[in-house]
Amino acid sequence: MFINNLKILFHQGKQFIPDVTTTEVPGVFRGRPVITDAACNEQQLIDLCPMGAISGKPLSIDLGRCTFCGECAFACPEKIRFTKDYKMATNDRDRLIVSGDHPIEVDADKVRAEIHKLFGRSLKLREVSAAGDNSCEWELNATSNVNFDMGRFGIDFVASPRHADGIVVTGPISENMAEALEICYHATPDPKILILAGTDAISGGIFADSPALNRSFLDKYKVDLYVPGNPVHPLAFVNGVLSLVRGKK
Amino acid sequence: MDYITIKNNQRIAFAEIPVLDYAAFYKVLTDNLLIKPEAHCVNYYGVPSDKGVQLICCIADDETHTINVLSTIVSKSDTLQSVTATYPAFQLFEREIHENFGIGFSGHPWLKPVRYPHNAADKSQTIANYPFYQVDSEELHEVGVGPIHAGIIEPGHFRFICNGEQILHLEIQLGYQHRGIESLFLQKTKLLQRATLAENIAGDTVIGHSTAFANVWESLCGFEPSRQLQLERALALEQERTAIHTGDLSGICTDIAYQLGNSVFGRLRTPLINYFQRWAGNRFAKGLIRPGKTNFPFTPDLRDQWHSTIEAYKPDFIEMAEQTFDLPSVLSRLEQTGRVAPETARAIGMVGMAARASSVPRDVRASHPWGYYNDVSYQPVTEPVGDVYCRARIRYDEVLRSIDMMSQIIDSMDYKSSSADALDKVAANSFVVSLVEGWRGEICHCAITDAQGNLLHYKIKDPSFHNWLGLALAVRNNEISDFPICNKSFDLSYSGHDL
Repeated sequence: MFINNLKILFHQGKQFIPDVTTTEVPGVFRGRPVITDAACNEQQLIDLCPMGAISGKPLSIDLGRCTFCGECAFACPEKIRFTKDYKMATNDRDRLIVSGDHPIEVDADKVRAEIHKLFGRSLKLREVSAAGDNSCEWELNATSNVNFDMGRFGIDFVASPRHADGIVVTGPISENMAEALEICYHATPDPKILILAGTDAISGGIFADSPALNRSFLDKYKVDLYVPGNPVHPLAFVNGVLSLVRGKK
Repeated sequence: MDYITIKNNQRIAFAEIPVLDYAAFYKVLTDNLLIKPEAHCVNYYGVPSDKGVQLICCIADDETHTINVLSTIVSKSDTLQSVTATYPAFQLFEREIHENFGIGFSGHPWLKPVRYPHNAADKSQTIANYPFYQVDSEELHEVGVGPIHAGIIEPGHFRFICNGEQILHLEIQLGYQHRGIESLFLQKTKLLQRATLAENIAGDTVIGHSTAFANVWESLCGFEPSRQLQLERALALEQERTAIHTGDLSGICTDIAYQLGNSVFGRLRTPLINYFQRWAGNRFAKGLIRPGKTNFPFTPDLRDQWHSTIEAYKPDFIEMAEQTFDLPSVLSRLEQTGRVAPETARAIGMVGMAARASSVPRDVRASHPWGYYNDVSYQPVTEPVGDVYCRARIRYDEVLRSIDMMSQIIDSMDYKSSSADALDKVAANSFVVSLVEGWRGEICHCAITDAQGNLLHYKIKDPSFHNWLGLALAVRNNEISDFPICNKSFDLSYSGHDL
């Protein structure tokens, strides 16, 4: 048995990504889109988008609504191109509305001072799935696996809100989950941060018009970080949280 | 005629479904259709009509590879004789009909709420005052868990009644995840919106649910997918099964504190879902399955990447699994824990992998094949006992089976891209049932169109709908500390149930 374990460990090797801030994702990942000056039928793209994420004059995409299906880029590849840039998280909701080709960053001036001071080297998060479809939940679990290993930065998910410094919400927030989310938020000691992970949480996603949702929670409390994606990529989440709590280098 | 016999994905005129009075409907079900052990209910639901509510029941016959459909029209104020009293597998279907329309069922043990939908018949019921079963006893105590759980998982509430450490009874209350998806299928009229909805029903079963939707839609449009497209979808379905089964083995190891298994299975899952990212730009394959077309045609380059991914994965997976299933400390936690006896699994209508682990050979790929599966007489994998060990072991066996199947699928591809967009015309006044074997089990989507070819009704059933009761029964007389592994061994969907 001991020999078998050694073999398994040898085959396991080193799996962690050495630098999660610069690593390249494999394949054709659809991250931050770039919108060019090319001429196109704007209305056609606006009508095409299943999420209502595209606006015209000039053409822009709201990554808080976008599901990253890429249909607009297939329809008009010279106008819209999805890049492999996974750094899409920001604390400013307006920065998620992209046009042109600009990196999306956390606005350091708007980050509360205590966030850098208290959470810069240790951050414990309580995740609440409020009608999330289990894809964002799997990806947030993956941030702690041997590949992404978010724990190396002192960032962990914990079981109790009493042990947490902040709440991460996934899902569009159903009426049936609204009260539990609010109780969990209040059970987390101050000062605390609030993160919305994924398109569903940020805008309600494809469920935005559903009468089964109750998103009044978001009218009451300040959001500290928006991480787009459906689901969020672990690298988008890790980099977003790092740029929030560690600030400018 | 009492019922109409159709095949999976076969389109019929809605009017062809026989409408019986309820007494006859009940008699056909209990005296005829449900008697065979190969028969089971794949969907039973209500559709509002001018005259009241039309109840549509779809009974699959696994032996003849057919689905028998019949219906009845009842009034919302009716109290009907319950089928559940004879066939317990109907318990949740009848509860759902009661919750949505207020129809009563006499002889049903307890018509409890199912998911507190936004359009429930009785709005006075709220999720905060669910009527739990209670035992008044000084010796027993209750343990409540959820809706928010310790890990990063979906919400649901578990209420245990325990005698010391022993679970006597578990009740599972769901509904927290209700997003009103079935209503949204009618509200959102663009095909792309509906395809997006389908892939968000359960984000861990993107391929399963979006394949069921594509099959429904293509059948309604009379579109026959090309051979290449069928192969690509089957490949994606088996890849999804392989990835999630691997992740679940990691989860089971976590819940018994077997760190090596947790870590190794966890990292082995990564290249499998990264393969979806290489293929379609999303680790959960959102965007890959589209009715009538694909935006991501399979290429020889993807073939080579698949082979290199699996060549690296398979030996390490086998090595880790053999070690796991050989360790006495692992086996002592898994064996005889959370057992669902075969007769129980059949009686409550369990489906999919969990049913097969209890030796019930229910597998839509074999019993109601579609597309690629029509050509490969697939033989389901089963395990004999129905304990946590069997539900873990079956994942290992199914992963190896899926890898073999994917290899054959790739070998028979011709890489010819198919012409797209012949989906403009949706047949009017039609009805389609689509069954797909997702990694959890039997997914069922049913659609009805109106006289203009618009969607009149859309019904979704995730395999979890059948299997949650299996988990509640599995943990009886087990220690409460074994609940996490029992739960993980089923790994059921909350969002797929709550819709």
